[in-house]
Amino acid sequence: MKDLLKLVLAWAIFSLAAETTVFARQASTATDTCVGCHKDLTESRLSLPALATASDVHTGRGLSCASCHGGDASETDKKRAMNPAKGFVGKPRAAGVAEFCGKCHSDATFIKSFNPSLRVDQELEYRTSVHSKRIAEGDTRAATCISCHGHHDIRAVKDTNSRVHPLRVVETCGRCHVDAEYMKGYQIPTDQLPKYMSSVHAENLYKKLDLSAPTCNDCHGNHGAAPPGAASVSNVCGTCHVRQSELFQKSPHKPVFDGLGIGECLACHNNHDTRHPTDAILGNHKTAVCATCHSEGAGFSAAGNMRLAIGRLAEGIGSADEILERGTRLGMEVSRIKFDLNQARNHLIDARVVVHGFSPDLLDTAIKPGIEITRKARQQGIEALDEAGFRRKGLALALIVIGLAILATYLKVRDIEKAGR
Amino acid sequence: MVSSTPANSLWDWFDKRLGLDAVSHLAREKEVPVHRHTIWYYFGGMTLFLFAIQAVTGILLLLYYRPSAENAFESVQFIMAEVRFGWLIRSVHSWSANVLIGVLFIHLFSVFFLRAYRRPRELTWISGVLLFFIALAFGFSGYLLPWNTMAFFATKVGTEVAGVVPVIGHFLLRFFRGGDEVTGATLTRFFGFHVAILPAATMALLGLHLLLVQRHGMSVPLRDEGRRLKTMKFMPNFFLRDLMGWLIALGVLAALSALFPWELGEKADPFAPAPAGIRPEWYFMFMFQTLKLMPARIGPIEGEVLAVSAFGLAGALLVVVPFLDRAANRNQPNSFLKFAGCIAVIYILVMTLLGYRG
Repeated sequence: MKDLLKLVLAWAIFSLAAETTVFARQASTATDTCVGCHKDLTESRLSLPALATASDVHTGRGLSCASCHGGDASETDKKRAMNPAKGFVGKPRAAGVAEFCGKCHSDATFIKSFNPSLRVDQELEYRTSVHSKRIAEGDTRAATCISCHGHHDIRAVKDTNSRVHPLRVVETCGRCHVDAEYMKGYQIPTDQLPKYMSSVHAENLYKKLDLSAPTCNDCHGNHGAAPPGAASVSNVCGTCHVRQSELFQKSPHKPVFDGLGIGECLACHNNHDTRHPTDAILGNHKTAVCATCHSEGAGFSAAGNMRLAIGRLAEGIGSADEILERGTRLGMEVSRIKFDLNQARNHLIDARVVVHGFSPDLLDTAIKPGIEITRKARQQGIEALDEAGFRRKGLALALIVIGLAILATYLKVRDIEKAGR
Repeated sequence: MVSSTPANSLWDWFDKRLGLDAVSHLAREKEVPVHRHTIWYYFGGMTLFLFAIQAVTGILLLLYYRPSAENAFESVQFIMAEVRFGWLIRSVHSWSANVLIGVLFIHLFSVFFLRAYRRPRELTWISGVLLFFIALAFGFSGYLLPWNTMAFFATKVGTEVAGVVPVIGHFLLRFFRGGDEVTGATLTRFFGFHVAILPAATMALLGLHLLLVQRHGMSVPLRDEGRRLKTMKFMPNFFLRDLMGWLIALGVLAALSALFPWELGEKADPFAPAPAGIRPEWYFMFMFQTLKLMPARIGPIEGEVLAVSAFGLAGALLVVVPFLDRAANRNQPNSFLKFAGCIAVIYILVMTLLGYRG
């Protein structure tokens, strides 16, 4: 009997504990009193954050206001809900924002439970940024996490509505960096955005929607945003333009540029308004960028020779193209020759890269195979044109023979019919 | 007495074995009626001449053509660019195929409107219509053989149309494609149709057709039947006039081939998206355009199924025209059939033009 009583008691205690746990979990997720109260407040500074959280990536992952701000979201009394003793933090100070977000985002174990591939070094990187250094110096106008990502409507980077989506980064950085009034006192230019928008990078990003094209954060770093030093520019550009960077590092220009504090790639290509490079910037003529430093001597001649070499190949391809197009218009089958000529185009692209080694000998080696292919294609194109001429002459001859045969047949018919046969 | 030259001896030798004198006699005695519709007779001979060109150029192309998805395009490219006069052979083959089908249309409709299918020429008509269908099949199968983008996607669309035939559609689609998709297996299959099955069927039907033409002679229009018409000897009068037509056709083909060599296009890529403006050869355009204009459903029946069934029925009716036109055997006019024929010609022309206007 005693055993039976013990069993019933144990069952009753277990059932009660289970019910209590389920009730508590439901209360924490279902009844968030922060949103419940804040959304109805008349002061927009207090109501908007509650309303904005609906589209926030954190809300979507099951986090609540209390997950960041602390406090007790199950309390209906505001004093008890926003009790500092329960970890409540209101609006964090600018200097504390990185740490505030870093509570979770620097915690690899915690983040892994949501997204194993998400980085956790953002706070560390941020500490190396000019923004963070300014904040540490007491400048509250410098950017913190929320300046770029937003406050309560934060979205995943890949979300096209996110402020830090590649297509919106320029607009986000530009909010401060284009505002001359806001940037007054920092002694940095505020024309980066219009300059960038005229660049080849912006053209690829916005017109071709190539999301791999660089925007502000790709060169300056995102969390560790800082202007690259003059001597490391080619490393920055080299993250995409690998071969150009490697060639430049070994070129005679590298030590000279670094010694003079010239920003490597930027010296010829500019920084924000990087235009589509053309062969015209190479050479020793007045408008060539080489001529800004080289007015005579070996460098002057080398620039001229490299320009001539590139021009020789480009013009050779153009001339072969024109001949092959004429052949095509005349109905000649020259698609294989055109295919072969594409190899010469590849050599031209390669030669334009090899220019970054600033060595005429190196460039000649890159160009020679292209020149040979071009010569062959041109020759074959001329042969195709000759063949087209031959066909026309052959046709004329054939039509004369056929015409004579028709005439002879007609005369024969007439002769037969005249004879009454 | 015939002199005993080597040529005569050779003729005698063959005559004793093949009965050449009988053939020669037949040719000498054969007469062609002369009336205001005699010109339509020449289209039969023209079709035969163009078919001969197809056979000769086709055999020459076979020397270099390789029927596989990997090699077909390259082999045609090789024929066009490297083989001496390969461009001419392929261009003549392609141009001649198109001219042949054009001439066949004229031949078919001229016989139809002259009602030359009437007794006792019913089988001549049926063999001719079947030859016409075979020529279309030649065109459809040959179009894919260069394995270029346009041919690949047009074949895809064409075989899809076969797939909507009621009851046997899915079987037909798999039969034509050699699977569910247009692949190298389709190319090999089409090659087989093009160089073996269709030529064999053509030879049999063409033999019968020519034999029947010889047996029954040339048909004369109904209004001239029973009248004493002027005639001309087939050999040499009519034959020499035929020859003039063939020479003109040869000149036209040479000019088209030299001035507008048949394009090769780009190699088919089964994984590439279909290019804009896919269209079949011109002789299928009226059917293609009809399918394009068809609504999704007409009552309880799908539009495509209805259109394909209608074309099938029209084809079947065309074969049995001699048995539908009983009035022709009584020398009576048949305005309904005449009207139907005119509507068919106008429909084909209008739909083809609409197809090319996009």
